[in-house]
Amino acid sequence: MSQHVLLRYRDVSADLKSIDNYIADGGYKTARRVVTEMKPEQVLETVKESNLRGRGGAGFPTGLKWSFLAKGTGKPVYLLCNADESEPGTFKDRDIIDNDPHQLLEGMIISAWAIHCIDAYIYIRGEFNYGVAVLEKAIAEAKAKGFLGKNVFGTDRELNIHVHRGAGAYICGEETGLIESLEGKRAHPRIKPPFPAVYGVFGCPTIVNNVETLACVRHILERGAAWFKGIGPESGPGPKLYCVSGHVNRPGTYELPMGTPLKELIFEHCGGMLPGRKLKAVIPGGSSVPILRADECDIAMDFDSVAKAGSMLGSAGIIVMDDSTDMVSALRRIAHFYHHESCGQCTPCREGTGWLETLLIRFDEGKATEGDIATLDNVAKGMMGTTICVLSDAAAMPVRSFLAKFPEEFLAATERATAAA
Amino acid sequence: MASVTINGKNLEVPDGTNLVRAAEMAGEEIPHYCYHPGLSVAGNCRMCLVDIVAMSAKQPSPMPKLQIGCNTIVQDGMVIESNNPRVVEARQGVLEFLLINHPIDCPICDQAGECKLQEYYMDYGRYQSRFALDEKTDKGKAIPIGPDIMLDQERCILCTRCVRFLEEVTETNELGIKERGDHSEITLADGRQVDNPYATNIVDICPVGALTSREFRFRARVWYLDNSSSVCTGCSTGCNVDVDSREGQIFRLKPRANAEVNGYWMCDEGRRTWHRNHGDHRLAGSYLRSGEEFSETPAEEVVHGAATVLQSGKRAAVIASASASMEEAFLARSIAQRLGDGPCLLVSPATSDIADDGKLISTDRYPNRAGLLALGYREQLEPPANVDAVVLLRADVVADSESMWGSFLEGVRETLVVGDCVGKSMAYADHVLGVASHFEADGTFVNRDGRLQIFRAAIAPPDQTVAGWQGLAGLLAALGGPSYDSAEEVFSAMCLAIGLGAGRSHESVGATGTPLERWRSAGSSAASPITATVQAPL
Repeated sequence: MSQHVLLRYRDVSADLKSIDNYIADGGYKTARRVVTEMKPEQVLETVKESNLRGRGGAGFPTGLKWSFLAKGTGKPVYLLCNADESEPGTFKDRDIIDNDPHQLLEGMIISAWAIHCIDAYIYIRGEFNYGVAVLEKAIAEAKAKGFLGKNVFGTDRELNIHVHRGAGAYICGEETGLIESLEGKRAHPRIKPPFPAVYGVFGCPTIVNNVETLACVRHILERGAAWFKGIGPESGPGPKLYCVSGHVNRPGTYELPMGTPLKELIFEHCGGMLPGRKLKAVIPGGSSVPILRADECDIAMDFDSVAKAGSMLGSAGIIVMDDSTDMVSALRRIAHFYHHESCGQCTPCREGTGWLETLLIRFDEGKATEGDIATLDNVAKGMMGTTICVLSDAAAMPVRSFLAKFPEEFLAATERATAAA
Repeated sequence: MASVTINGKNLEVPDGTNLVRAAEMAGEEIPHYCYHPGLSVAGNCRMCLVDIVAMSAKQPSPMPKLQIGCNTIVQDGMVIESNNPRVVEARQGVLEFLLINHPIDCPICDQAGECKLQEYYMDYGRYQSRFALDEKTDKGKAIPIGPDIMLDQERCILCTRCVRFLEEVTETNELGIKERGDHSEITLADGRQVDNPYATNIVDICPVGALTSREFRFRARVWYLDNSSSVCTGCSTGCNVDVDSREGQIFRLKPRANAEVNGYWMCDEGRRTWHRNHGDHRLAGSYLRSGEEFSETPAEEVVHGAATVLQSGKRAAVIASASASMEEAFLARSIAQRLGDGPCLLVSPATSDIADDGKLISTDRYPNRAGLLALGYREQLEPPANVDAVVLLRADVVADSESMWGSFLEGVRETLVVGDCVGKSMAYADHVLGVASHFEADGTFVNRDGRLQIFRAAIAPPDQTVAGWQGLAGLLAALGGPSYDSAEEVFSAMCLAIGLGAGRSHESVGATGTPLERWRSAGSSAASPITATVQAPL
């Protein structure tokens, strides 16, 4: 895509963090039109029609999510922007926040209008100091212009956007963990049902959407659902931010149409593998999704295609590994992350994440037995689908897929142990 | 009502019932740790995973993932399998996860024998450990967290029952969780102790050995304990309790669930009422006065001696405390009726320094005020006039006011003390009949809400004493009244006499009691239904 949509800041010389530059570039025109001319139901219909799917990881249809909101409860409706971007390998939301914050605010104004929300929150990862400052300045500017506050665009409509900083836990990115954290509690994900659309933050109907998702909403309302649907596969279309990290020449965030071939991403946009190295494996959607071997990488990067290949698009955090990678060590590092981040609420995750790491340390240190391979897989299996949230699955999926895709490396690790003995 | 099928058994359960309860109704057990019917649903232990084969009659499709029974509400037409291979495998997995970091110190753990880890391990254990001992996480052991509570963080399975109890029931929030993942620990809030009036309930609800009672720990292996059901005598609430004892010694009281009275809880003060049952202050026998001295005398002789002298008088009063059982108070009333139709007075003050807390603690520190009032006793804190003999029934009036009662007792010809403790009033007694405590005999009380409740003997009374009803029945018979051979016969006569119906047995009171009003208004044969489900009244 020569012309960026979500990463528009890359195409213009002006600093889009400034509201005047953003307005000069056509910003807030859409939000003004939506709030002054459209009915909330029309906005909802447009988003539904666009087939926009959530960019946080699960790929749930955004319009459908909005339509689940409990109606006639007499309670306020909350819109929460999930900016807790924490999945290893993912760094797209911060790109939007740091460089084009008004795009997010505009998307939130439009979305809040659609769901009758008066108070919205941006729950932002605590480490994003710069992003917090950028957002707070942007909100102040928008408020000064009358785009936020008591009378949004001169209407009798009120909208306040608050920035709330997290304190460093991965689990706060899980939407009900985020809600608990926003309420000032430990981020223990909630049991569902009830879902947030019925019983969310402060016990009120709540929508939690990812930063990129909300940014997309602005462009869908600006250019129409048909335009959006025309980009990539119709079942999950739109411009997409891909975060490529690992052993490529030009790692970074890339905005490309949904469904861009993985190999095109790696070998064209990212300049291919590091000199003299060969592609070995790719984790296509953040560290929690199943890994793909090099021979499985001829796929399009959209929700359905990656799922068909046995993995997930997830957060589109693409971690590229070359032939120098020790899969046992790589998996040990991933397991360490999930062990560190398990909230400790559900038994299989609390105990299983630690067990996985313990076992993988044995492999990595050459102390594992052949029987440990079966145990590792079996422990991971017992963690899948048995907990309140999917952190447990997120910890188990890489283990099972690494074992399935690279069995010889784990077996070799046990043979090292036997030889040492 | 919803029609559900659980492991092939079809039954109707009330709407809103969760699957754990529904399974109980079907006679099937869904193992669980974190779920407690008196607390909110946490859904964290994952032990109650079940397979929902059909969601409802409207949506007969299965749920792809196993679901937790505690947070799944029945739907009409739901079909559940709680024991199929898929569920059993998941359950075995969860139990293994629970145990990998558990210290498995059962031989020195006080929970052994009533531990849900042990129990479920029998059914779902893997028996072959796959986890190395030196890889277990270390946490704190034997941490005192309150006057009666010891915490072992290694044994804890983080079900949060204790946290939820302190948040939802007592609203005192002393405990929380710190750290994350397998480093999570139950911990005290800064500067706090779990010392609220209901604290020890968290020991009861802890499904493992993480929370133990500092008073009870290491005093008895639970499998040696006998168990009987009783009613707390600490106040007029009448919390239902289980009495755990061995060889004549009581070791602990635990709340017994009763939706209408105490839910699942009791206060710590009530929990300690058994202390009164043991010690030198107990009356170990019966006595007759000869001059300034008492001589120990068999109970029957005391009864007959008392009958002889009382009969020769004109008018005898019964002065009772609200600690007397219905049976005792009824017999004493019958005795007064035969002795000049003397007055029956209830001398226990209805209020105390302890305020009603709106939960289970009542300002009235006696268990049977409503019962004595129903029997026609008159509340009166001063001595009666125109009596020449007195039966003091579990009422140590001199201890309340020596100046008022001492001179009164000096002025009457005969005083019979009936009680289970040594008291100041004995100094004025001519006859002392030592009787069993309510832990040592059967009987009934009526609580502050007018609910008739039964207590059963947990242990035998001291050798030289008799049950209170037995002594009083002997006296009544010696005075020419009817004779009774059991507490239950007395109860039956009592019910008939005060309009509670004919043919009433102790059993008909039911495990959770019966409101007096129901028997007053019903026909004579109405039986008390046994409450099937319990919800906390707090």
